[in-house]
Amino acid sequence: MDMKEQKVLALTAAKARSLAMDEVYTAGAGHIGGSLSITDVLTTLYFRIMKVDPKNPKDPDRDRFVLSKGHTTPALYAVLALRGFFPEEELKLFRSIKGHLSGHPDMVHVPGVDMSTGSLGQGISAAVGMALAGKVDKKDYRVYAALGDGEIEEGQVWEAAMAAAKYHLDNLCAVVDVNGLQIDGSTADVMPSEPLDQKFAAFNWNVIKVDGHDLAAIAAAFEAAAAHKGQPTVILAKTTKGKGVSFMENDAGWHGKAPNEEQYAKAHEELAARIAELEVE
Amino acid sequence: MADKIATRAAYGEAIVALAQEYPELVVLDADLASATMTKKFSQTYPDRFFDMGIAECNMVGVAAGLAACGKKPFVNSFAMFSAGRAFEQVRNSVAYPHLNVKVVGSHGGLSVGEDGATHQCCEDMALMRSIPGMVVCCPCDGNEMTAAVKAFLDYDGPAYLRMCRLATENVTDRIPGYKFELGKGVTLREGNDVTIIAVGLMVMEALKAADMLASEGIHARVIDMHTVKPLDTELVKKAAQETGCIVTSEEHSIIGGLGEAVCAYLSEHCPVPVLRHGVEDTFGRSGKAPLVLEHYGLTAEKLAEKARQAIKLKK
Repeated sequence: MDMKEQKVLALTAAKARSLAMDEVYTAGAGHIGGSLSITDVLTTLYFRIMKVDPKNPKDPDRDRFVLSKGHTTPALYAVLALRGFFPEEELKLFRSIKGHLSGHPDMVHVPGVDMSTGSLGQGISAAVGMALAGKVDKKDYRVYAALGDGEIEEGQVWEAAMAAAKYHLDNLCAVVDVNGLQIDGSTADVMPSEPLDQKFAAFNWNVIKVDGHDLAAIAAAFEAAAAHKGQPTVILAKTTKGKGVSFMENDAGWHGKAPNEEQYAKAHEELAARIAELEVE
Repeated sequence: MADKIATRAAYGEAIVALAQEYPELVVLDADLASATMTKKFSQTYPDRFFDMGIAECNMVGVAAGLAACGKKPFVNSFAMFSAGRAFEQVRNSVAYPHLNVKVVGSHGGLSVGEDGATHQCCEDMALMRSIPGMVVCCPCDGNEMTAAVKAFLDYDGPAYLRMCRLATENVTDRIPGYKFELGKGVTLREGNDVTIIAVGLMVMEALKAADMLASEGIHARVIDMHTVKPLDTELVKKAAQETGCIVTSEEHSIIGGLGEAVCAYLSEHCPVPVLRHGVEDTFGRSGKAPLVLEHYGLTAEKLAEKARQAIKLKK
């Protein structure tokens, strides 16, 4: 990826963060911390990696994405809106009874959402099913899934991991958003899951570790995953929960809380400054 | 006497027989292919069969993903595990997005026999029935099962298919003009003194009970309510109006299944006495299937007794 594209992607990610913050503030609820940590991965997927057409969101040959960590819809909806799946205006109705943008992804009502998720551990199984369908039908679409590093405490994730390896689903690429935090505190304290690389390797997955906020590195990891044959790939993306908002970074308290007016003003200021900085460059 | 066949055996034949006509049909199992009768399909169509190992929750989720890509997956395990263990996956990954996954629960009810209470699922229909938009069906014999599998393939949406372990006689193939339609009960026998509405294994017992009652001059109507959800309310209401009392019968808990579905509907639309025959609020136990069924009162004799009681309650 050249510098110019990196800048454009960075600007898109910055806008997505700002939109995600607006969604959560307007709704008075939502999961901002994990949205900010996964934004760079989602932006890279939808603007650089995935073959999707916002005008034809159900194209049977499209690449699929499953947000297995379904609570981070603020980031997903922001990226889908920026990509053109629905108007940005609709983000104002996030979590509202008046709109379609549920707290967790709903494939029936939201264009661009490929799987309804939210109950942790389930999305990755659906992604395995989609990849399996691709193999059965000899199609060359790819399937992506994003999981939280807290989510992987669900046993179903490892059932899915075994199945993906059994069927050699090299058309499947999972990303674990390794931000190190979950609701009750650090993952290391709540339920130690490391060494994740060795665990996935032992489940016969190809493992790539990456800085989850380095857009070029993320893109390169996805490209390496696509080139790897015979095994599914997991990208362990080291991230910062609350990335981009100084007082939210690395604080488990911002897992599922909306900012108050004062906090929002500060967060908005920081996120807007980042956009301005990138627009000037 | 007619040939006996277990509904699960008829199911195993049906999915093989229909595989050519329905190229999107795929079958998943959780290490029970010999018991759920998907073995033949796995051997005949190995590219369309996926053994997901002893991991039912993942199996249901994988089926959701397959369905999201246009497949028609049938997921198979004992009712205890497909409807019980994976309940939340069925609810959230299958039914909420209204995906075209058919959840199959073999070995439903007490007729599992020797394995005992941990494997005798008497709550599966209650669980599946409580999920918005789920179809819940439990055919009474091999003939009906064969028709139900085709109806499931033609129906676009989440549905639960229950079957039992025991072999049963075919009864529906003797019914003139018998036609299987999801959501439509079948009147197997006419009568105006009481109606027995039965499902699954108990349909056979209902017919025997009706014979017993006939010898006493009591004319019992018998309805095979293969689809517990959506309930054929028209047929239920007509029976209530014409016979004045109802007995429901199921190899399932009296909580949450056919009995409660009928009670709920009639109490709101046509209140008449309804007695529920089924598994009381208790766990099962090990034993030869017929002896277990007898132990818990799932017999034609007990059902006939319920019918006599229901008639006494009529105004």
